[in-house]
Amino acid sequence: MLEGRNPGALTLMAISSREISVQYGARMVLDRLSFEAAAGAWTSIVGPNGCGKSTLLRALAGLIDPQHGSVWLQGRPLMSWPRRDRAKRLAWLAQTAGPSDLTASECVALGRFAHTGWLGSRQAEDETAIHRAMSATGSLAWAARRLSTLSGGERQRVNLARVLAVEASVLLLDEPTTHLDPPHQEEVGRLLREQAHGCRVSIVSAIHDLSLALMADRLLVLRHGGLVGHGSVQDALDGDWLSQAFGTPIKIIRHEGAYLWQPQR
Amino acid sequence: MNAANPSVRREAVGRRDEVVSSHFALWLTAGIVVTALLTAASLLVGTSSIRASVGWLLAPDALSNTVLWHIRLPRAVGAWLAGALLALGGAIAQGLFRNPLAEPYLLGSASGAALGVTVSMMATDASLAGLAWSGELGVTGAAFVGACAAITLTVLLSRGVLQTASLLLAGIVVAFLLSAVTSLLLLSSPDTWRAMQAFLLGSTAFLSWHSTILLAVVFVVCLVPSVLLSRGLDALTLGEDTAQSLGVSLPALRLALLTLLSLATAITVGQVGIVGFVGLVAPHLVRESFHISQRRLLVAAPLCGGALLQAADLLSRWVIRPAELPVGIVTACLGGTYLVYLLWRRARHA
Repeated sequence: MLEGRNPGALTLMAISSREISVQYGARMVLDRLSFEAAAGAWTSIVGPNGCGKSTLLRALAGLIDPQHGSVWLQGRPLMSWPRRDRAKRLAWLAQTAGPSDLTASECVALGRFAHTGWLGSRQAEDETAIHRAMSATGSLAWAARRLSTLSGGERQRVNLARVLAVEASVLLLDEPTTHLDPPHQEEVGRLLREQAHGCRVSIVSAIHDLSLALMADRLLVLRHGGLVGHGSVQDALDGDWLSQAFGTPIKIIRHEGAYLWQPQR
Repeated sequence: MNAANPSVRREAVGRRDEVVSSHFALWLTAGIVVTALLTAASLLVGTSSIRASVGWLLAPDALSNTVLWHIRLPRAVGAWLAGALLALGGAIAQGLFRNPLAEPYLLGSASGAALGVTVSMMATDASLAGLAWSGELGVTGAAFVGACAAITLTVLLSRGVLQTASLLLAGIVVAFLLSAVTSLLLLSSPDTWRAMQAFLLGSTAFLSWHSTILLAVVFVVCLVPSVLLSRGLDALTLGEDTAQSLGVSLPALRLALLTLLSLATAITVGQVGIVGFVGLVAPHLVRESFHISQRRLLVAAPLCGGALLQAADLLSRWVIRPAELPVGIVTACLGGTYLVYLLWRRARHA
């Protein structure tokens, strides 16, 4: 799966950023941020609104060019990958997905674009990937319905299926659980865990809900102007990174294997 | 999440897809039947009475041969092709800019094409009626150069912010600018102005077999690649960033589609002049009745646009017969009314 040319530590990293800086006008959103995500691990980016979670994901996806630093995918600079080879290895989920006249299955099939190209017809493996992704997200039932006729949550699950259908080794998910009801949020959390641990996929997500975000293996905690910490969930709890990031005391309770949070009074 | 028997599920999905497909096939068939009926009607309507036209069909002579098969038929077929090309341009523009109100005229390409035609007319001192092959190609080439230049100007103007809204805004600016230049040129050359008056109002009266064949060739040249690129347009409906992340090269897709759009605009402006609103209305009408993928829209919209322009052409010959109205005026009246209806409905829903 890993195709990095230089063996050693680098090849273990599915995706990494090296000192990337992103600036919007005079506002520095990311300042020389270095970060790496290994295969088979789910990393949650956590931090207050506007701290650069989406920006980091977009930079990792190659959708914005950092003013400084570089992004590496499987041991190779992101920009040196041919477009479609990159799209086969790296899938990105937008924070907001607009309505479209495509049917759910047409939308998910677009996840195979990097594999089939402009003209190629879908092969058996494409059909299998589409079907597997739709059943994993529970979106098969409305396969023939237009995205514009689906509810926000249903549409979100279709878009998640589109991302899974790519069968990429790196998934970058910007708020994958928006519009979902709590049980389905929990299901997506378990699905992501399963993808990371079972399929050796590297997942980087930004999720608002702290209990959900803490289902990940690792946390990247950001605050305005920089990095608070990057490590395992336990590291984050031990170091009280969340309180530092949000600028308010946050208490995390461990209850039957899940993390719950509450503001400390 | 449940993993029910996949093969059963897949069959169910397939069946629903088939239902949608059969509706669509029915719609396409209806479009073809309407086109055939309109073509037949076009043969019967003209300066002579319908009774005389029927008599011609039953008992052909040399005159009827000329009128029916060398004047009215190429005009009917050419009008269909011109409408189809405008609708194709509109469908491409609306998909590319993800704006339901986009069309070739809003991007400045039609004004550029008109300027190209004007310049070539002034340079050669020719009139539009009865052009030879070389003349047809010359006019089309000049229109294409004009359309491409206009789109390039539009893209340059919106440079840096190549987003939907700014690109359209730049297109409108370019359209006004180039129309002004065309008017200025025509004012300085009254002879060309007289020759081009009908053209500027939009007219199907000049369509010959030459121009019809040219339209047909360009129609195929534009339709096939745009259908092949429809996956990119489908991806674009999910947003530009998502399309890019799926592996679609946006700059290449834009360049290819804008070239096709310019070509479609250039050939129609070169052959029938300024005929507005067909490119806007036809894709819209299709989407009103069907929510379909871009590939299907790119096939259905030309069918609808062709029938629309044929109907408008028929109307333009019928209203004040035996004289006729420029077809551009008819499409402007009908299309403008439809646009007002759309805006009214949108305002009511909002």
